[in-house]
Amino acid sequence: MTTRRAGLLRPGDWLILALGLALVVALSARQAGSQEGRVIVRLDGKPHAEASLRLNRVIEVAGPLGISRVEIRDGRVRIAADPSPLQLCVRQGWIPPGAAAVCLPNRVAVENAAAGYDTLSY
Amino acid sequence: MAALAAVAIGLTLAEAAIPLPIPGVKPGLANIVTLVVLYRYGWRMAAWVAGLRIVAGALALGQFLTPAFLLSLAGGVASLLVLIAAIRLPARWFGPVALSLLAAFAHIGCQLMVVDVWLMPGASLIALLPLFLGAAWITGLGNGLAAAHLLQSLPPGTFEKTP
Repeated sequence: MTTRRAGLLRPGDWLILALGLALVVALSARQAGSQEGRVIVRLDGKPHAEASLRLNRVIEVAGPLGISRVEIRDGRVRIAADPSPLQLCVRQGWIPPGAAAVCLPNRVAVENAAAGYDTLSY
Repeated sequence: MAALAAVAIGLTLAEAAIPLPIPGVKPGLANIVTLVVLYRYGWRMAAWVAGLRIVAGALALGQFLTPAFLLSLAGGVASLLVLIAAIRLPARWFGPVALSLLAAFAHIGCQLMVVDVWLMPGASLIALLPLFLGAAWITGLGNGLAAAHLLQSLPPGTFEKTP
C-alpha cells in the first residue's frame, strides 16, 4: 500500500466516470421522455386512451355516434371501424408515424406519435 | 507477448461461456490485458496483443470472418485508437480507469455504428444506445479497476519471467 504512487482512481478518472455517467443518464432520460411508438386516442380533443404500438390490441371508443374501433397490429395503427357517414378516417388506412386520423363526426382522433424523427423503422 | 495474448484469448473464450442477460453485452475481460500491456509495453505491443486476441478468439469460437468477427474487429480498432490517444493524457490525473471507460465507449459506439450503417441499415439502434452505453460504463469501470490493480500489484518485469 505504501508503494502506491496514486490510488486506483485518479482525479481525471472520476471526471471521465462522471461525464460518462452523465451521458448515459441524459440519453436514457431523453429516451424515457420520448413519445416514440405510442398511440394516443382522443375523444372530444381530450386524451381518452394511450397504448403502445408494440402490443396488438383493439381499443373501442364510445363517441356521440357510436363506437369507433382503433386497431393496433404489428406495430401499425388504424381506425378499423367508425360510425361516421363518410368513413374518411377508416379509408385513411394505416396511420404513418407522426400522423393522425380524425373521425370528426364521432369526435375521435388517433395519433401515431413520433419523437421528431422523420423516418424510423424497425 | 504470446503469453499475454494467450491470456487475453483465454479470457475471451471464458466469457463466451458465461450466459448474459442481453445479447451483445459482454464484460470484455480481455481488455484488462490490453490495458496492462499498453501501460507496460506501449501501444505497438498492445495492438499486437489485441489483434491476435481478436483473430485467434474468433477462430476458436468459429466466428472468423462472420459479422460477429467484423464487429469485434471494428470495436477493437476503435478502442485501440482511443487508447493510443488517451495514453498521452497526463498520468498524474488520468489512470487506467479513465482509459478503460473511454475505450469501452469507443468500442460499443463503433460497433453500433457498423451495425447501423452496414449490417442492418435502417434499423435504428438509437433506442438501444443508452442501454449499451450504460453497460459499457459498468464494464469499463470494472475492467479499468482490474487493470489498475494489476498494474499496481505486479512489479514491472513480471511478465518477462513467465516462460
